[in-house]
Amino acid sequence: MAKKENMKYLIIGNSAAAIGAVEAIRRNDKGSPVTIISDEPHHVYSRPLISYLLAGYVTKNKMFYRDENFYRDNNVETVFNKKVTGIDTKKKQAILDDKKRINYDRLLIATGGTPFIPPIKGKERKNVYAFTKWSDAAEIIKISTSPIPSLQKRGVRRKAVVVGAGMIGLKAIEGLNAIGIDVTVVELAPEVLSRALDKDASRIVQRKMEEAGVEVITNNEVIEITGKGNVANGVVLRDKKKIKCDLVIIAIGVIPNTGFLKGSGIKINRGIVVDEKMETNVKRVYAGGDVAEALNMLTNEKMPIPIWPLAYRQGEIAGDRMSGGSLVYKGGFPMNSIEFPGAPTISIGIIDPRGEGYESLIKNDSVNGNYKRIIIKNERLVGAILVGADVDRAGILTGLIKEQTPVTSFKDKLLDRNFGFVHMSREHRREKLEKPI
Amino acid sequence: MACRLCEVACITEHSKSKDTLKAYKKENPAPLSRTLVEEIFPGLSVSVMCRHCSDAPCIEACFTSAMHRKPDGRVIVNEPKCVGCWMCIMACPFGVIKRNQYTSPLSPPLEGGEVGGVKVKLSSKCDLCPDRSIPACVEACPNKAMVYEDRG
Repeated sequence: MAKKENMKYLIIGNSAAAIGAVEAIRRNDKGSPVTIISDEPHHVYSRPLISYLLAGYVTKNKMFYRDENFYRDNNVETVFNKKVTGIDTKKKQAILDDKKRINYDRLLIATGGTPFIPPIKGKERKNVYAFTKWSDAAEIIKISTSPIPSLQKRGVRRKAVVVGAGMIGLKAIEGLNAIGIDVTVVELAPEVLSRALDKDASRIVQRKMEEAGVEVITNNEVIEITGKGNVANGVVLRDKKKIKCDLVIIAIGVIPNTGFLKGSGIKINRGIVVDEKMETNVKRVYAGGDVAEALNMLTNEKMPIPIWPLAYRQGEIAGDRMSGGSLVYKGGFPMNSIEFPGAPTISIGIIDPRGEGYESLIKNDSVNGNYKRIIIKNERLVGAILVGADVDRAGILTGLIKEQTPVTSFKDKLLDRNFGFVHMSREHRREKLEKPI
Repeated sequence: MACRLCEVACITEHSKSKDTLKAYKKENPAPLSRTLVEEIFPGLSVSVMCRHCSDAPCIEACFTSAMHRKPDGRVIVNEPKCVGCWMCIMACPFGVIKRNQYTSPLSPPLEGGEVGGVKVKLSSKCDLCPDRSIPACVEACPNKAMVYEDRG
């Protein structure tokens, strides 16, 4: 185990992976200094909650992921409102936007994702937002609640165009819808949530969106954001259709936030490439969370999987390794739970099987908003798509995917809503339900 | 034997009145059972409940920190923080976290300033009956199929 006195831990980023790392470091090393650098001004908060904040479902005081004493209790020094512009891996220093340098012995890069903004004409206009940070939600709330001169007439609702009907877009739409803003969403793919669901599942969600008054335009894209002066006042679609609006939210997706690492020697593919210790190609430099490219255990390839549970775990493993522990990252797989009101969905693992050897079991009760699809390869569960009441007990399927248990003996029961341990072999059931864990 | 007395005991214990009849007939929101009897009729049944895993996937999956571990080891939902995103339901390999959804009756403002009459979405799970020395489900089991052991 590394000698710990005067070990300087530096973490860039202040979300799930960073907190996982701090908690793991403090299990192994109570005394050495830990520093967190963030380009935001906030105590650690939950980014997925910004749509709930926009909708008014949570108040500001519930945005925080750890209590107000977290940094003090864990002896963490924070450097807020500072961007890291580079890493000097030879001198072991992080370089800040004010040219200041911070030394480290062990570095964790947990800078998350950054919104992908395509080169749409007019994207730099005012009232055009991304939707990944607290400040995005705060500004959208501000303009949504401040009077707009052209809308002084009673009964005229504000209008937003959301670009992209993926997970971020959907949560933005839910938030806008909840506070009475009319929404049109424009999606390039033929369906909403096309990366998380299949066609039939997407249709159920799209129907719920339309029932809630959202205009859904698919197979199309925004090619220009028009403006009056510098302020956005509408969009133009590929088919020349024009839509007037007061704000535009670009929610196409996020990409690993690695721009500041150019020239650092740290290997980047799609994200920062890490091994099973969450260490990069540069010794003593680790990465975790949405910025990292770690093992997908179902495809056996490394890829960024930007989801909260893996971010925490990767940060935890990195923190453990940085402080002399021996935890190993065994890989993860994508999974998401997202609900447009009335249409909860959970998707797990491989949901768009391509190539040989996959088998799908499908139960489509779209009339009642329920859908269940099970994807099997080599007699093992590799994916599932669940909509409506079928989301209940989804985690049993997650467990079967994680453990790669053969499903042959209970395959015909997998589509039942009541599927459970009672359908598995006696040995498997006892192993799961009686052994200490 | 699929008597489901564990579910009855759990519902009663987690009701406001702690009275079985009132819990089933009168209370709004209706208390949910946090244990779940799976059954193949006839002949096979098993009661599945939270194992309070030492490495709990539900805690890792929770982005609000509502799902958390108490110093005594129990894994508990801090309800005022829960937003009903169902990430824990997706993560729990035992499938023992339930969606608890209801419209809250008009009542004094809840913590955080929300007013009554709003739609509530919460995850509900076993809390090991903090007011009892032995969980209600274990005590109610006539077949001693359920046991309560301290495994540290």
